[in-house]
Amino acid sequence: MTDQHMTDQHFEYLLRLADSPLILAQRLTDWCGHGPVLEEDLALSNMALDLIGQARLLLTHAGHVESKDRDEDQLAFLRTEYEYRNFTLVELPNGDFGQTTMRNFLFSAYQVEMWGRLQCSTDTELAAIAGKSIKESSYHLRHSADWVIRLGDGTEESHQRLQAALDTLWPYTAELFGADETDRAMASNGIGVDPSTLKPDWQSIVSEIVDESTLTQPPDTPFVSTGKSGRHSEHIGHLLSELQYLQRTYPGAQW
Amino acid sequence: MSTDNDRPDEWPLWEIFIRARNGLDHKHCGSLHAPDSKAALHSARDVFTRRQEGVSIWAVRAEHIHASDPEAKPEMFDPAEDKIYRHPMFYKLPKEVDYM
Repeated sequence: MTDQHMTDQHFEYLLRLADSPLILAQRLTDWCGHGPVLEEDLALSNMALDLIGQARLLLTHAGHVESKDRDEDQLAFLRTEYEYRNFTLVELPNGDFGQTTMRNFLFSAYQVEMWGRLQCSTDTELAAIAGKSIKESSYHLRHSADWVIRLGDGTEESHQRLQAALDTLWPYTAELFGADETDRAMASNGIGVDPSTLKPDWQSIVSEIVDESTLTQPPDTPFVSTGKSGRHSEHIGHLLSELQYLQRTYPGAQW
Repeated sequence: MSTDNDRPDEWPLWEIFIRARNGLDHKHCGSLHAPDSKAALHSARDVFTRRQEGVSIWAVRAEHIHASDPEAKPEMFDPAEDKIYRHPMFYKLPKEVDYM
């Protein structure tokens, strides 16, 4: 393997880690001012800010690894749709509060497992980012799991809404654990983690909370979404047009 | 003081106390609505500790706090007004405990 190929894969791997928190944060900011209660409005905004923080650190690091003078803003705002490496799961519309909460739960459980392992990365910058991020994601998990239980095991309507959310989102979780050549190369050199190895621990977190919330885990389907490789759902174009508007309209704007 | 039964559809009110640093007291910093103590602590974290305000949170149901009656201030507090000798400023401390 050439050094350049290795650098490309390292860069690609960091974009994958960065883009899911970036895009989910963009989704969560839609709740700002629209939360069901003031307390939850703030909780969702806090979570979005944590995720933006994770994305900033990862994109800055990715820019250094790439060595083409691209900073966090250029990577966050000036790529085209197919260059984003986020999971399709996080670009789906928010739905109701139950669906937003369910997605936060499924994704934060994944992030907790991912950060936990990346703390031992041979990329020391990435290990440090993981060490900071795992605390944030652990809180996101605690908070969202609490709401999944509360609403799943709540009223008839809240139970129905949470079950519908789980049914809608579940097929998109398969993508979180698919490993390709880049993932395997990064795992074998100790920089990254093979995502397929996260599945058992993630599943046990999910099973525990789904059981406690009296919901039913849907059966797996053959469908695997492909956001991670840049082939996105129809929703991301609208999301990016908002995310990128300012930098596209006023290039280099600072405030 | 209003009680939960006044508005059965609303989450009860909690008073939030935060300790800024280890060794300091918990201080009252505000209130919020939450369905139970766990949610109250989560919300308090998100509402009141965003800028590193604390290392510990207490949440207390507002209805469990019994407040003195402001009308009763004359008999409750005024009698202490002229008992200046209760302040520990009229004793000469032994050298050994100076700067206490």
